[in-house]
Amino acid sequence: MTARKITYRDAVREAMREALLADHRVFLMGEDVGRYGGAYACSKGFLEEFGEARIRDTPLSESGFVGAGIGAALGGMRPIIEIMTVNFSLLALDQIVNTAATLRHMSGGQFSVPVVIRMATGAGRQLAAQHSHSLECWYAHVPGIKVIAPATVGDARGMLKTALADPNPVIIFEHATLYNETGELAEMDDYAVDIDRARVRRTGSDISLITYGGSLSKTLAAAELLERDGIGCEVVDLRTLRPLDDAVLVQSVRKTHKAIVVDEGWRSGSLAAEVSARMAEQAFFDLDGPIARVCSAEVPVPYARHLEQAATPQVENIVAAAQKVMRR
Amino acid sequence: MSNSSRVHLDRNHALELLGQMILIRRFEEKCAELYSAQKIRGFLHLYIGEEANAVGVMQALTADDAVVATYREHGHALVRGLPPGEILAEMFGKSDGSSRGRGGSMHIFDAAHRFYGGNAIVGGGLPLAVGLALADKMQGRQRVTCCFFGEGAAAEGEFHESMNLAALWDLPVMFVCENNGYAMGTALERSESETSIARHAESYRIESEAVDGMDVVAVEAAARRAADAVRAGAGPRFLEARTYRFRAHSMFDPDLYREKSEIEAWKTKGPVVTFSQWLLDNQLVRPDDIAALERYADDVVARAVAFAEASSWEPVEDLERDVLAPVGWEVSQ
Repeated sequence: MTARKITYRDAVREAMREALLADHRVFLMGEDVGRYGGAYACSKGFLEEFGEARIRDTPLSESGFVGAGIGAALGGMRPIIEIMTVNFSLLALDQIVNTAATLRHMSGGQFSVPVVIRMATGAGRQLAAQHSHSLECWYAHVPGIKVIAPATVGDARGMLKTALADPNPVIIFEHATLYNETGELAEMDDYAVDIDRARVRRTGSDISLITYGGSLSKTLAAAELLERDGIGCEVVDLRTLRPLDDAVLVQSVRKTHKAIVVDEGWRSGSLAAEVSARMAEQAFFDLDGPIARVCSAEVPVPYARHLEQAATPQVENIVAAAQKVMRR
Repeated sequence: MSNSSRVHLDRNHALELLGQMILIRRFEEKCAELYSAQKIRGFLHLYIGEEANAVGVMQALTADDAVVATYREHGHALVRGLPPGEILAEMFGKSDGSSRGRGGSMHIFDAAHRFYGGNAIVGGGLPLAVGLALADKMQGRQRVTCCFFGEGAAAEGEFHESMNLAALWDLPVMFVCENNGYAMGTALERSESETSIARHAESYRIESEAVDGMDVVAVEAAARRAADAVRAGAGPRFLEARTYRFRAHSMFDPDLYREKSEIEAWKTKGPVVTFSQWLLDNQLVRPDDIAALERYADDVVARAVAFAEASSWEPVEDLERDVLAPVGWEVSQ
């Protein structure tokens, strides 16, 4: 199988372009997706190729255009809504939580909302406390939506297609530091991949490192360093934050008997907490000791580089946590 | 009573309008009774006094059009043609309810009638209506999305965002503000610097009209003008129907924020009583016609009650059904 190098941004871009070409019901809507080319340049050139009706620049009205996307989905379209960052998505929380997530249940199964909402998340670019948070666990808390976090170019390329084919609202979190990252993308006729399974990204038998999104590459780098110390790490990429794929987690822990969860969200009430609880519920007697967590410090993400780095999980924190668990 | 060349108020149509208003009135009076009997629980928001709005506006819609309503939507659902038994069964929380007991009084939905709820977030339905209209426009369909909301919604950001989007994108949506003067217990003058909601819409360059919401014929005429324009591709239209609710906001509301005399004064302008009198005065109907409409409404309501009573409870094992659609499920148009 041949592979090619591609940036995460281009993987997202290719996936959207393919969808726009394949299905006339698909359109892209959001702030600066058109003339500007997307805040992260994921839709550069789309306006020229697909026109203003399908590459729809919106006013700064997150609630309005997310709600309009939900309505358009009900009306038979397949909208891709882009929100610049998860922080801004809070202005649309009403539409996502009170409408998109509830409509099917509240209507007794008569309606469904096949909308895809993409947004950037996470820290690492010195954008301070209103552009850097990782709030995906807030969404993962809510029944009625699916939440995914592609961490690789393959998932960035393939998960969108599956999300668009899903009859439910799907929220895609793209970590902002990933867009410029390059990865190997295996050439395929159909890049679509599942949006409901976790994946083992590296196998190992000593400890399970469970993570997702922007923390995957840091966790893999930590695993590499730990290997030199003779610690074999199994790295599990959650990929889908709702519903969580418990089976893969439990299977990994049954093998390694030790687990660390790496999550850029704040520790309190985090996805890491949920993952830990599930492992405790389902694999407690397979564990050799307590589950550890590497999460963000409990501060709004600060601007200064050294403070931002200190506030968020880094390779050395993951390594230190693993060494500590192994010493126990 | 106003008239319009667009409204052909012959005897049949007059009886239809009056019959629908009487049906809503009788249905909701029964709902209040059933609430006291604890057959209906949760919140129950009655539309009594405001019937002319749903009845008038719906005359301008076709089966292909979409309706987005609020938590005070029994009347809209009835006039839209949803089976009364299913509406009432929903309020009972029963299996045959329109939402299989998941929604209750505030969340009546019906895909077959393009009735999109039943939204209990004030202003929450407006962006949804904008999106339905956007889908129609993008797919080249000549349909109207009619969005009902109260004047309280005008204070929400979603109202303003939706007005802007609808006007900016020239979308086929008809906004109908049912201004009953009170957002729960807060009078309009106490919550808005500009109390004409139509003027708010005009500021977004949406052609707007304020109409007497107690006059069913005036509402129908205004709705027909608006819907015709929307259907013809003229972009959004806005109606502000000035109306009044005779009952409290919900069954929990002790109604202490307004004078009894104010309610009594509005009751003399009630849509059923004034329209009935006007039709009698103009000899379009006879007293026994009205009595027949009342008997018919009572019969429909009695059958709805029997249907709701007879319906079973949803099995608890099905608690988690319809949270997510199975992959491959197609959205009904």
